[in-house]
Amino acid sequence: MEPIIHIENVHKWFGTVHALQAVNLDILKGEVVAIMGPSGSGKSTLLRCINRLEEFDEGKIIVDGITLDSTKNINAVRTEVGMVFQSFNLFPHLSVMDNILLAQKVVRKRGQIESENKARFLLEKVGIPDKANYYPLQLSGGQQQRVAIARALAMDPKIMLFDEPTSALDPEMIQEVLDVMTDLAHEGMTMVVVSHEMGFARAAADRAILMDAGQIIEEAPPEVLFTNPKQERTKSFLSKIL
Amino acid sequence: MSSSSYPAPTPKPLVGSGKTEKTSRIDPWWGLVAVVVALILILNFASPDPYNRILVFLQEGIWVTVKITLISFLLVLVLGLAVGLARLSKNTILRGIATVYVEVIRGIPMMVQIIFWYFASPAIVQEIGTSLNNASLANFRPDGTTMAIFGLTFGYAAYMSEVYRAGIQSISRGQMEAARSLGMTYFQAMRYIILPQAVRVILPPVGNEFITLLKDTALVSAVAVPDMTRRGREFQASTFIIIETWVMVALVYLVMTLLATRLVSWVEKRSKFER
Repeated sequence: MEPIIHIENVHKWFGTVHALQAVNLDILKGEVVAIMGPSGSGKSTLLRCINRLEEFDEGKIIVDGITLDSTKNINAVRTEVGMVFQSFNLFPHLSVMDNILLAQKVVRKRGQIESENKARFLLEKVGIPDKANYYPLQLSGGQQQRVAIARALAMDPKIMLFDEPTSALDPEMIQEVLDVMTDLAHEGMTMVVVSHEMGFARAAADRAILMDAGQIIEEAPPEVLFTNPKQERTKSFLSKIL
Repeated sequence: MSSSSYPAPTPKPLVGSGKTEKTSRIDPWWGLVAVVVALILILNFASPDPYNRILVFLQEGIWVTVKITLISFLLVLVLGLAVGLARLSKNTILRGIATVYVEVIRGIPMMVQIIFWYFASPAIVQEIGTSLNNASLANFRPDGTTMAIFGLTFGYAAYMSEVYRAGIQSISRGQMEAARSLGMTYFQAMRYIILPQAVRVILPPVGNEFITLLKDTALVSAVAVPDMTRRGREFQASTFIIIETWVMVALVYLVMTLLATRLVSWVEKRSKFER
């Protein structure tokens, strides 16, 4: 099967720091991949390269058959790839409803009624249908992150990228976000998740990847990676987060 | 921060939220405006000669000052945004041009700029016209008010571009990333996401620029534009009434700037974020 994300020999430098070092990764349609690793390991950078929020210096990334090279292609890829950020990045000057409507209207050119129906359906799905008219800063962190997920889903993406979606949340709010993500995974969404939530990885991920120093150290089904890692680096990392 | 601490079933609308609680009281600074207006009226009625004569003579100048201020300011808002965006552009040439423009303009006194646009720039056009045998260029005689507006716009846009730039840069990078990750173009993200938020941040400095511009329009009196200051000088020259003339000119400027200050803080209050 043709991979929906094909990452080939990607290098990235931040000044003199070699942030990504010859990363190769293929992700299949419908697959859920959890990427772990210490901070500075390049996991977020890799994720951000997939929709070109970060430019890479060498190598090739093909998303859903589209090579990331021209500006036109980048925008094409971005409409197919939803992204959820650690700090939510909701638009604070727009209501929850307008946060979800805006891109549908200006990018997808959908009408008001169609967009609104979609938004209501998605708010229902992430469990906060009653918050449509609130402003983001009136919501809890967990609710904001669920709005952010709904906002990304409104574009009907084929792939969802999650960049540490629960790291900025209070412990009791993490689960509500993970539940939404787990549902999404079970519906067959292709997901790449940078997160240390092992519970989520076990429950929803097909593959877990450990990155360190800009390289993929080890990849395996989560159960295997967590219980029986082969690499010393993986063992020492897991011993620290467990 | 749980939602249960917000008992209101529907949030207050973003615009118009300034009408709640303590802000519904009349701003005490309106008192100062009232005092100055009262002072002008008292002078006008208690001592019509010379104060009423001065006011009548200034009247046209007041409109010229208001007109130049408003037109220039609107143009400054547009040109300043264009230059501010150019300063933030990834395009080196565009950014270079904008940076040189800002640095050069900020290094030259406003007075000199206005004189340059009125006296020197037509002379340059005329010389070019003469050498090209182009009669319409050779006889180029711009209208004073037009050149004054041009000079003020060109000068103030440089300062305004820096205000815009600071405002845009104050919005977290994540906002642009979120907008772009939804497939918006750079300009869509600017228009719908970044600028609406930046505008709230820059309102106080923009208001400042407006008031400074209002006062700096007095400089155009140097290039034969019949603004309020010019009218004041003309009145003084023909009547030798010195103290009363400039007291009245100062008071009228003061009313205008105080009103502008009130207007700015009113707009600011109305555009606060809902939290």
